[in-house]
Amino acid sequence: MSPAITLAAGEASEHRGLIISLFAVFVLATLVITVWAGRQTKDASDFYAGGRQFTGFQNGLAVSGDYMSAASFLGIAGAIALFGYDGFLYSIGFLVAWLVALLLVAEPLRNSGRYTMGDVLAYRMRQRPVRTAAGTSTIVVSIFYLLAQMAGAGVLVSLLLGITSDGGKIGIVALVGVLMIVYVTIGGMKGTTWVQMVKAVLLIAGALLLTFLVLLKFDFNISDLLGSAADNSAKGSAFLEPGLKYGATSTTKLDFISLGIALVLGTAGLPHILIRFYTVPTAKAARKSVIWAIGLIGAFYLMTLALGFGAAALIKPDEIIASNKAGNTAAPLLALHLGGVDSNWGAILLATISAVAFATILAVVAGLTLASSSSFAHDIYANVIKRGQATEKQEMSAARWATVGIGAVSILLGALARDLNVAGLVALAFAVAASANLPTIIYSLFWKRFTTSGALWSIYGGLVTAVGLVLFSPVVSGKPTSMFPDVDFHWFPLENPGLISIPVGFLLGVIGTYLSKEEPDKGKYAELEVRSLTGTGAH
Amino acid sequence: MATDAPPPSKETHKLPTTEEFTEVQESAEFGELRRSYRSFAFPLTVGFIAWYLLYVLLSNYAGDFMGTKVVGNINIALVLGLAQFLTTFLIAWWYARTAAARFDPKAEAIKSRMEGGA
Repeated sequence: MSPAITLAAGEASEHRGLIISLFAVFVLATLVITVWAGRQTKDASDFYAGGRQFTGFQNGLAVSGDYMSAASFLGIAGAIALFGYDGFLYSIGFLVAWLVALLLVAEPLRNSGRYTMGDVLAYRMRQRPVRTAAGTSTIVVSIFYLLAQMAGAGVLVSLLLGITSDGGKIGIVALVGVLMIVYVTIGGMKGTTWVQMVKAVLLIAGALLLTFLVLLKFDFNISDLLGSAADNSAKGSAFLEPGLKYGATSTTKLDFISLGIALVLGTAGLPHILIRFYTVPTAKAARKSVIWAIGLIGAFYLMTLALGFGAAALIKPDEIIASNKAGNTAAPLLALHLGGVDSNWGAILLATISAVAFATILAVVAGLTLASSSSFAHDIYANVIKRGQATEKQEMSAARWATVGIGAVSILLGALARDLNVAGLVALAFAVAASANLPTIIYSLFWKRFTTSGALWSIYGGLVTAVGLVLFSPVVSGKPTSMFPDVDFHWFPLENPGLISIPVGFLLGVIGTYLSKEEPDKGKYAELEVRSLTGTGAH
Repeated sequence: MATDAPPPSKETHKLPTTEEFTEVQESAEFGELRRSYRSFAFPLTVGFIAWYLLYVLLSNYAGDFMGTKVVGNINIALVLGLAQFLTTFLIAWWYARTAAARFDPKAEAIKSRMEGGA
């Protein structure tokens, strides 16, 4: 530990009361919202879709709150602080990806589905097999994403409260898990949406404050900021050019392309984002939410540039790495330095920004948990196990129990992932979503010939390829930064599987369709197509 | 179908039959809506993905070009990165405008006729 970190921990313990009270205020406020929302949650449409009564702007705010995760705030700022320009790709990919959602997915989905991504995937297919597949991939994608948020939570708290013991970190991960179970089981979609809206406002305000303070330090001269970042990083102008993280070898260059493709195609296949479009009454409102989300998320990512380069300019790289190997704590450290390492302001700013980051994590995990438990209850329990005969009450109770189960699983997994860069982990979730979900969404909506077996080939093929390649990649084993650094069973050279698994997902959809003798259900496609473009019969 | 039966409360309009949907799907009016939507959204999607991939490839394989300074410490890489933000905002705005002017009126006409119990 460098002296400044020890100091940070020292400051932190002095101001522990302040930090804990800020956390507690947020947690308390969100619990009040949750209980209030819970009282208004009467039927399945309230629980899954927040009663479909949110406006385009409200949902745009909630979508931003759902999307700007710990990966965006902690991960991207950290990646830019350590690798300069190469960290920037994340923000660009994460943003451009929204155009796929806007142009091809959000409105048709809102028009043709009710509660889950599976509603659209299975619309014109044989229900049970396709819903099983959609439910499986929803849960897998969400758990990858949850892993990243849990890792972020552990990292934050160890920085803040000076908890370095494994027991302490696991305790925090468990606390996050319990809170998310409470939010979702009691508040349902309504509670989750309000928590995400509050969080989006806090996060944007926090980022604005830090950005302003960073720019103030450099008299609003961006060129100076970049110059100091380059000098302080000891890497010179290379810090501002592509290649520091991904330019080393031809393999890392391929990894960069793989990451880039996964980012841009992943968003429109993320179940927790897709179900947000069911919370508004019409497709037009869904469009409006995406437009708002693009504006808010774009503005936020522009600010992460200032945060990342600001951290690089004001903090020694050793200090960032000493605090967290993957750079995840760069943004909170930046807050400490902007306020003054030895001053009360530094501690207060650190506590505030950390509370914002904590809020960010809670709101995102609630969204993820809701997506996976709704999919379990609506796709797998109600339509596969009960064959469409479950009552609303049974379905909602299944969703609540699933929430508890998913919470427990993510607590267990979260403990394993704490030293991985959270932006990198989220990129894996994007790769899985783009490989397993996006092809079937696109084919279902736009390709007349597509069949049940095409959907199954694509979902399972994309899912198995993406997850399999990750399992045998350096993310899991064989490198000091791996999840299991002491063993080596990796043979796939890239950290992100997208370059292979996304084309495989798309290709298998075509192969599966042509290999089976099954005829597509023309009547159901007529229904889906007319409905998705016009909103006829949309709930 | 069984799985998608709307709840008895709340929604009042009836869902048209499969025959009605098929008839509309084959109608010239719907064909026109589909054509205008697809001919706008599909090429634009290919276009912005190509533009984004160009940026990724330039970052990877044209390091010297990307490192060229434009003003002060601001280089081409940064300018192109910010250009991705700008084009994203512009495309979103363009799509919203086009959808409101060209797709929505057609879609609403079809929807209200189908739900009007015709």
